[in-house]
Amino acid sequence: MRQNHQLALVDSKVVGWGRPVRDDISAIFEQVLGHPVQVSDGTDIVEDLGMDSLGVMNFVMAIEDFYDISIPLDRIAQIQTVGDLIHAVQDLRSGTPA
Amino acid sequence: MTILAKHAAYKLAYDELREHGVDPFNVRFDSVLSPTEGMLAGRRTILLGTNNYLGLTFDADCIEKAVEATRRQGTGTTGSRIANGSYDGHMRLEQALASFYGREHAMVFSTGYQANLGVLSTLVGRGDHLMLDADSHASIYDGSRLGASEVIRFRHNSPDDLYKRLRRLEGAPGDRLIVVEGIYSMLGDTAPLKEIAAVKRETGAYLLVDEAHSLGVLGETGRGLAEAAGVEADVDFIVGTFSKSLGSVGGFCVSDSPDFDLMRIVCRPYMFTASLPPGVVASTLEALVKVRAEPELRVSLMRNARRLYDGLGAMGFETGPEANPIVAVAMPNQEVAVIFWKMLLEAGLYLNLALPPATPTNVRLLRTSVSAAHSVQQIDTALAIFADVGRQLGFLGSDRRRAGGVI
Ligand SMILES: Cc1ncc(COP(=O)(O)O)c(C=O)c1O
Repeated sequence: MRQNHQLALVDSKVVGWGRPVRDDISAIFEQVLGHPVQVSDGTDIVEDLGMDSLGVMNFVMAIEDFYDISIPLDRIAQIQTVGDLIHAVQDLRSGTPA
Repeated sequence: MTILAKHAAYKLAYDELREHGVDPFNVRFDSVLSPTEGMLAGRRTILLGTNNYLGLTFDADCIEKAVEATRRQGTGTTGSRIANGSYDGHMRLEQALASFYGREHAMVFSTGYQANLGVLSTLVGRGDHLMLDADSHASIYDGSRLGASEVIRFRHNSPDDLYKRLRRLEGAPGDRLIVVEGIYSMLGDTAPLKEIAAVKRETGAYLLVDEAHSLGVLGETGRGLAEAAGVEADVDFIVGTFSKSLGSVGGFCVSDSPDFDLMRIVCRPYMFTASLPPGVVASTLEALVKVRAEPELRVSLMRNARRLYDGLGAMGFETGPEANPIVAVAMPNQEVAVIFWKMLLEAGLYLNLALPPATPTNVRLLRTSVSAAHSVQQIDTALAIFADVGRQLGFLGSDRRRAGGVI
């Protein structure tokens, strides 16, 4: 996973921020859900992926571990779609205060 | 469509529960006879789920003090302490709490829920960082939302995850406040407080322990987990409730923080609600005397807890990780949980049906809480009822259907 992450980072310099983070995130989704998923920015995490609150929490913790960030609860509450999540992760990684 | 239609999903789940012909969240007792018995649908029922750890709700001295104070000072204070003033009892109760914990300051709230709302929303504010155990009680989560601080959740009982998250904050301005519970209310597990205290020291954070279920239960003198773990000096704030081991209602916070009393003019859940009535204050004061003077209550409590925990374990039920007065039995799914609960009740045993989202990790629980006032015979009767219902539902014996790994 760490390795992947490094690759994604390198990639991001070329392709821009959005895509590699989304790739990481969909890989983590697959791990947590246990099956392959198709995600786009508009994918609703609860409605489209059928996650319950525990699933969301495990998923968020996996994302936090992967990027070595903590997503504050008020930020988590605002996240509805995969696009929102990518945005939050980018924000927190670039050191923008939450 | 009504204004409450937005909660339709909850209604659906609730209706589903009630299809089993029971309403586990609306049990009506005809009367309560003692700390351990009530009348339910005309039947004598053992109470094994009421957090009445020391059985003090019917203590003759506590009742006498409450009656006497009510006669002398009336049924209520009809307002907050900043508006209507403090009664002698409020002051004495705060002194008694401070002295019990060996702390400089104590502040009394009208419930434990409000104590958490008040303390958490006041100690930290904008630019600060509140670190909550993921399995925290609703009042802790709600308190975190009332304030303006950033709220970060760490993995339940994981000092490593807590440490990692505090380390991520390195260099960021603001105070850090770690919040954990003495005994967690659903599974009865305790916080690894020694390790958490070490993280606190290393990272320069403050530490608050909610001893709601551990006051009067754990520790040499009943001060709770901080005492039992030998880390009281590392705990900056202790929050607790009068509604469990002390058999009344109300909440409190104690601390050595020098300017603690500032809370009285900034903490809204303290300022804008009526203070506790004299009768409640008087019985609580007396209950605190009992906690100090009757350590044998804790011995009986732990004897009963151990007996129930070991008995259920020996039958093959899956229980929580520690033998504490909260003993939770895992159920494989909601339907079995509801039917099991209903059959226990019909056999004369009352306990709590605990379902997600109130439970951690989506587990369905039959949650019991043991009292010092239970006789050994009552515990054995409870065990026999569990065995009987378990057998009927195919849990025990050759057709063992265990909840495999859900706790
Ligand atoms: C951990 C914890 N904190 C606080 C409370 C609230 O206590 P009270 O009943 O006094 O509002 C409870 C009880 O429900 C609890 O379990």
